[in-house]
Amino acid sequence: MATEALALAGINALYADSHVLHDVSFSFNAGRVLALLGRNGAGKTTCMSTIIGFLPPRDGEIRLFGEPIGRLMPETISRKGVGFVPQGRRIFPTLTVRENLTVARQSRGGAAKPWTLDRVCELFPGLKGRLQQPAGSLSGGEQQMLAIGRALMGNPRLLLMDEPSEGLAPRIVAEMRRTIARLKQEGQSIVLVEQNIKLALDLADDVVMLNTGRVAFAGSVDEVRGNEALITQHLGVF
Amino acid sequence: MQFWIVQTLNSLALGGLLFLLAAGFSLIFGLMRIANLTHGSLFMLGAYIGVSILKFVPNLWLAALLGGVAVAAFGGLLERLILRRLAGNVLGQVLVTLGVAYIIADLCLMVWGGDPIPVPTPELLRQPIVIGGVAFPSYRLVVVGIAIITAIALYLLMERTRLGAMIRAGVDDMQMARAVGIPVSRLFTIVFCLGSALAGAGGIIGGPILSAYPGLDFDMLPLALIVVILGGVGSLLGAFVGSFIIGAIYTFGTALLPGLAYVILFLPMIFVIAFRPRGLFGKVTT
Repeated sequence: MATEALALAGINALYADSHVLHDVSFSFNAGRVLALLGRNGAGKTTCMSTIIGFLPPRDGEIRLFGEPIGRLMPETISRKGVGFVPQGRRIFPTLTVRENLTVARQSRGGAAKPWTLDRVCELFPGLKGRLQQPAGSLSGGEQQMLAIGRALMGNPRLLLMDEPSEGLAPRIVAEMRRTIARLKQEGQSIVLVEQNIKLALDLADDVVMLNTGRVAFAGSVDEVRGNEALITQHLGVF
Repeated sequence: MQFWIVQTLNSLALGGLLFLLAAGFSLIFGLMRIANLTHGSLFMLGAYIGVSILKFVPNLWLAALLGGVAVAAFGGLLERLILRRLAGNVLGQVLVTLGVAYIIADLCLMVWGGDPIPVPTPELLRQPIVIGGVAFPSYRLVVVGIAIITAIALYLLMERTRLGAMIRAGVDDMQMARAVGIPVSRLFTIVFCLGSALAGAGGIIGGPILSAYPGLDFDMLPLALIVVILGGVGSLLGAFVGSFIIGAIYTFGTALLPGLAYVILFLPMIFVIAFRPRGLFGKVTT
């Protein structure tokens, strides 16, 4: 029987008085890629913030591999095995590239091939020559690679990626696609928030669409591909 | 000539003491976003505890070490038991830390009395060092040396260790530091204890120059505030440079223009806040 990597059940989340997520429920299995899609303001980033612990849900339950994490602090959630690549990268600009990676290092028993500094540099050769450079001086694409590398250094069981292709040149987006595909091939469970629908559908196994903070669709990627009516209704593209 | 040399040395010694006070203050403010108004009180508490320790152990350096540990423990308790509950509540932090400062002041007055208590200079450092016919007060030279050694040690801690990188990551972006698994809550306690220890030890080390007296807390606190504002919040280099600049301004201001000493001291701070709010070496934080 497949293991459930992440399960959200009846999540309601609010920013002050603004009710953003309404009774959001979805789950997906380990080793798969879930694309979390929706228009701007649909609640995708809020959903990520809720999973990582920035915005604790008002009610509902979040389970990571069966273990409840919905009321924990972000550092505890991270140590339970959630890696986070935030929107806008948010690398530590005054730290060197090496320091950005080493401060996030966490060992996890059971990882067949743990992520190390060398392995991250092998995944992103562009970072190797820049380890001593302040991270704030990197280009946007390099910062995105660093943000992914930093998340991987925690050897996550679940990787949350919020708009990893945002603001990047097409060549870098293609590289990002290859990276995510490789991580998927290695069995990494990933939640991918993307505005680039084509990229998301190419990589995903499962799709959840949010519309005004509610789950509008949850199913396999095959049910979405070619279903222009569904895409137009909830994503407003194509 | 002797006047200028002595005043320069006085300003350097005051700068050194200010660095011991302001380095911790800056780190606490930079990482925890807490304007800890008890910081001057921790300096004074260190001075008084040092006075008591010296009655039993007549060694200033040992007294500084033990006093620093005692004040660190007090700071750790303050952070764990009270300040932690006030995260994000700026007004609450200001009121509570100010209130604790007054409580410490009253308790010190009760325990050690209202008269200034002189702290003896270590015997070996009582004679000035004479170079080329000019006498240099040796204890002040040692204070400058201690400040420089502390600055180097703090630099190595902050720049060359993983713990230091974690603290700087927290200063850069506390929320993301948490999201990558950095135990920010434990770092808060470590930084608060470290800052308190430096302030406490600074109080004792400053004893032979300043004495221990009621009001030492609120004499030192504004100076530390100005240093941090001038140098930049969370910046060790800023605290170092700022301390010696403020030490010089205060010392020479008081000596040359005693009537305008505070004008000379606070005017640069006003300009810094107005035109460069992140200070000389402060980072733009998220």
